[in-house]
Order: sequence, then C-alpha cells, then structure tokens
Amino acid sequence: MSLELSGGEESGSMRPPMEPTLWQKSRPGARGVFPPGISPEALDGRCPEQIRRKSPLALPELSELDVVRHFTRLSHLNRGVDTHFYPLGSCTMKYNPKIMDRISEITGFRDLHPRTGPEGMQGLLEVLHTLEESLGHLLGMEAVTLAPAAGAHGELTGILIARRYFESKGDRGRTEILIPDSAHGTNPASAAMGGFTVRVLPSGSDGGVDLGHLAETLSEKTALVMMTVPSTLGIFEKDLLKMVAMVKDSGALLYMDGANFNAFIGLLRPGDLGFDIVHINTHKTLATPHGGGGPGSGPVGVKAHLAPFLPSPRIRKEGERYSLVSPETSIGPIRSFIGSTLVLLRALGYLRMLGGEGVRRVALYALLNANYLRARLSGTLPRTGSGLCAHEFVLSAKELGAEGLHASDLAKEILDAGYYAPTISFPLIVPEALMIEPTETESKETLDRFAEDFRRIVDLARSNPSRIKEAPRRTPVARPDEVAAARDPVLTDPASLHLS
Amino acid sequence: MSSERRYTPTHEWIQSVGDPFRMRVGITDFAQKEITDVVFVELPKIGKKVPRGAEAAIIESVKAAFSIYAPMGGEIVGINSAIESNPALVNADPYGAGWLFELKVDNASEWSSLLDENGYRAHLSSGSVGGH
Repeated sequence: MSLELSGGEESGSMRPPMEPTLWQKSRPGARGVFPPGISPEALDGRCPEQIRRKSPLALPELSELDVVRHFTRLSHLNRGVDTHFYPLGSCTMKYNPKIMDRISEITGFRDLHPRTGPEGMQGLLEVLHTLEESLGHLLGMEAVTLAPAAGAHGELTGILIARRYFESKGDRGRTEILIPDSAHGTNPASAAMGGFTVRVLPSGSDGGVDLGHLAETLSEKTALVMMTVPSTLGIFEKDLLKMVAMVKDSGALLYMDGANFNAFIGLLRPGDLGFDIVHINTHKTLATPHGGGGPGSGPVGVKAHLAPFLPSPRIRKEGERYSLVSPETSIGPIRSFIGSTLVLLRALGYLRMLGGEGVRRVALYALLNANYLRARLSGTLPRTGSGLCAHEFVLSAKELGAEGLHASDLAKEILDAGYYAPTISFPLIVPEALMIEPTETESKETLDRFAEDFRRIVDLARSNPSRIKEAPRRTPVARPDEVAAARDPVLTDPASLHLS
Repeated sequence: MSSERRYTPTHEWIQSVGDPFRMRVGITDFAQKEITDVVFVELPKIGKKVPRGAEAAIIESVKAAFSIYAPMGGEIVGINSAIESNPALVNADPYGAGWLFELKVDNASEWSSLLDENGYRAHLSSGSVGGH
C-alpha cells in the first residue's frame, strides 16, 4: 500500500486502517456469480464479431463478497448526516426523512419511460403541476419552472430569462450583472455563461452590501442584480428593501439566489420583497438528495411579466387534463425531458407532509438552532456580523494565526471530536472563515454537545496549538497533501498499472 | 515616475522594467501568504487590452480562486511562463521570479494614484483588507 498518509503505525493510534482500493484487492481469476446455465463464454457469441474486444478489459478481478465488503467498509469510514452532526455551512446538510426514499420508489412514477407521451403520464404531470403551484405560492411568484437540474442551472435559467426579457423590449444595452462579493461562486459563473459582464459589489464592514457602492455601480447597463438572501454570512441585509427600490428605479431586474430559502420558507416570500426571479435548491430546502442519491433540481420562480420566457416544455392544465406546450417566447429547453422528476416527487412529498405550518417551522427551527449555537459559541472566536444571525453564522480563526493555526487545523480537530467539519475558507471575504450551519433537524442535545466540544477545541488551540497540528488522529487519512495533489495530480491508481 | 514599486488596495504590485511605459505586475507578499500555496495560474494572452481594475489573471490555491486586477490600464505585452509550470514561484518570490505579466500602459498618469510603500502598509494595518 502506498498510503503514507495514514500513519497507522504510531503507538496508541486510534486510526482505523484505510480500505485498500479495488485494484489493490484484485486477485487473478476471482469473479462474481453467474446464474446457472449461463457461461461467460456463451455470452461472447451473442456479440457481433466486429465490435467484440480483442483483449480483455483491464478491470480488477474480485468475488462478489470482496466487492460487498469493500463498499460496506468504505461506507463505515464515511461520514454523513445519518452518522454524524454535519454543520457544513452554506450546504444545509439537514436530515431527509427516509419516507422520501419510499415516495421516489413508487413504481408508477419510477418506471415511467422518459419518452412516454403526456396522455401516458397524467399522474406525473399532475404532481409536477401541483409542485409548481405550491412553490409559486411559497415564493410569491406567478410562474415556476421545475426544469433546471441544480441550483446553478437555475441561476443560468434565470439569467437567460432576464436576457430574453430585455431583448423582447428591444433593450440591448443592458450587458452587466451586479453581484456582491459574498455571493456563491456560481453567481458570477452563471452570469458569464449567460453572456453578461460581472460587476462585483463590495461588502461593507458589517458584511452587508454597501448602498453607496450599489448606487455608483447601477446604470442603464445593469440587467440584473443578484442577491443571496440571507447572505452567505448568514445575515439578512438590513437595507434590502432600499436596495430593491434602487434596483427597480434603475430599470434592472432583481434576482434572488434562494439557496438559503430554508431560513425563511413560510415566513417571507421573495416575490413580496420585490424580486423578479428566484431559484431554490430542492436539496437544501425540500429534502432531496445532496448528490450521490440522485440528480439535483433547482426550480426557478418568476413574476408574471417574465412567465412567457420560462423554459419549454411547460405543463399546461386544461380542465382535468395536462399537456406539454412549447411557447414561442420561451428561452427553449434547458434540459432533457421534464426535469429530475423523482427528486421533484420527493420535494412535493416533503411539502405535503409538513403542510403550511410545518414549512414555517422548518424556517423557525433553522433560525432558532443557528442562533442558539451562535450564542453558545460566543466568546470562542469572533463572528462576522452582529446581532441575530439567520440559519448560519461565520466565525474567523484569524487570531489563531499567532499560534500558527488555520481554520483548517480546527476543522481537523473537530473531525476527531466526532463531527463532520464546518465549511472553511468561505465566504472569501472573511479570513480563516469557519461557517457553521446546524440546520433545523438537530436537537438541542446535539447542539450542546457540539458547543462544548468546540469551546474545548478553541481552548486547546490557544493552550497547546501543537496538539491541534497533530489532528485528526481518528480518521483513516489525516492530512493529505492538497498542494502536491493539485500541482501534480496522479489520476490513475498505481496498482492498476501492474494488472493491465 | 521612477522604478519604485507601487501597490493596489487589492494587493497587486506594479513596477517599471526600465521603459517607463512597460510595467511588470505581481501580487504582494501579504497576498501570497493569504492565498497560501498557489497551485495554478491563468495568465492573460499577449496582446489583450485590459482596462484599469479589470480582471487580468486568475490565481488558484487549494482554498479558492482569486482574481488579479490590472493596476493600470494597458495592453498585455509579456507573461511569466515559468509560473505556469511552477506556480510555487509566486509564493517563494512574489516580487521577483513570481511576477505575473507585463503591461504597456495607456496612461502613465494613473501611476500617481496608486499606493506607495507606506500607503500600502497603512492599508494593511487598517484592517480593511479586501480583494483577495
């Protein structure tokens, strides 16, 4: 094994052994189970000669049991919300009720072929149409598309809608999108993909957008202002309504990055605040998988004046019948078929299960948990922003630089304490940031335990920083050399080269 | 104008390389420490025109990607290819072998509005360090 990182030889180490790769475990001749009566050789004959491989494919050789043990062991080494508290700020790693998995396995939905015509999937279209209406109601928007495949894809969709809107008015001079420096990196990336020039709005000392700078930057060239509410610092912009008014006066459209919608779902509606376009991330707000368990979804809501530009196909309801239509004004299809349907099925199931009051309590608990933990951690490390936070808050470990420590060092010690680590180094405007988001699904007991451990770790960082530098001791891999990995990546398992 | 090095609040430096209109640009020692180990540098194409304050290069560390802005407006007339294959030079020698690109500046008077050594130091100690 070439994993020098593990250091499992130290005496008294609590480090579990790293699971070897499938290549390292490969044994010549080992193979899985073949059902009786079928030999691998017989299968060869069914494949036309001209497309048959001339030499065997270089794959590791393993028995079924080898493979089962390999992946089961890896799953034990993994940390997820099912095993650990997961305060990964900005990512909203909340617990998704397991019944949502059952809902997405309902065969009538699961086994539908994507090419089924509308007459063969009235039930699915009804589900999607109902979800569009429910989201429209929660967002305060007149029309919703469920087509985008992720939050960032929703951003691109919203930006293309804004572009088409101004084109339809014959206004081709609006080429700029304004984005605060605390925004998710996807915002400027989506704006650039949509063909716009990005202008960055610097944050003031309180972490909010500087109104003076906004006024200077807004012009007849501004197409869109993208705001994240609450911001990635976990702060509701105190001047949000003033900003909205300034943007409206300039003739630009207002976009809300609704990635943090779990902080106010059921309490406030982006449409009522004056936003024209909003996307949400169903995996952060509506109990759908964070990758791994399925594709993503980033529904986009718009005000009535933008509805004609939504991506096609649109679901139309006439009487009790549903059909798919492609209006000429649409920006066109932005993804295959009609979206990540099983993910959307879960989203509707979650909304239906909670109901209006339950949805409101999602936001209230997200706010309560974050503020409880914020208060429990006060006095440990300085926070960016003051007063109440929204669903997350950002601490800075900069002062520990005097001890030679970075936020990443604290994160390693937090792993040893039995948690997933908070987000570090984001948002970029906070030096040595630790971004903590407990989410609405954690109990007070979990938050208390984490707060005690966090306090102990910061105390240890001050009294014995060299101990922190040794962390983590309980993970199979401790401190991978990220710099060497980025500068000189090795993308092939060296063990595979001996076998091919 | 002299061969003196001047600075931006976003932690770029700029310095003449003999010819008063040909200026070399890099990032400051403070910036390379903040960015931490540089793993990738995206340099502009020679001949590209960059207005003052526009993004001219991108530096990536394992933490994040950082935009590098042109301290003065002009045309890119040289790039430091050595840092493309060895980005560690930006950390090891930010004012020397780790320079990024050279500009043929449009308006030499922009020079006077940049921070001098003392001004940049005062900017760092004021705590309002943004940009990178």
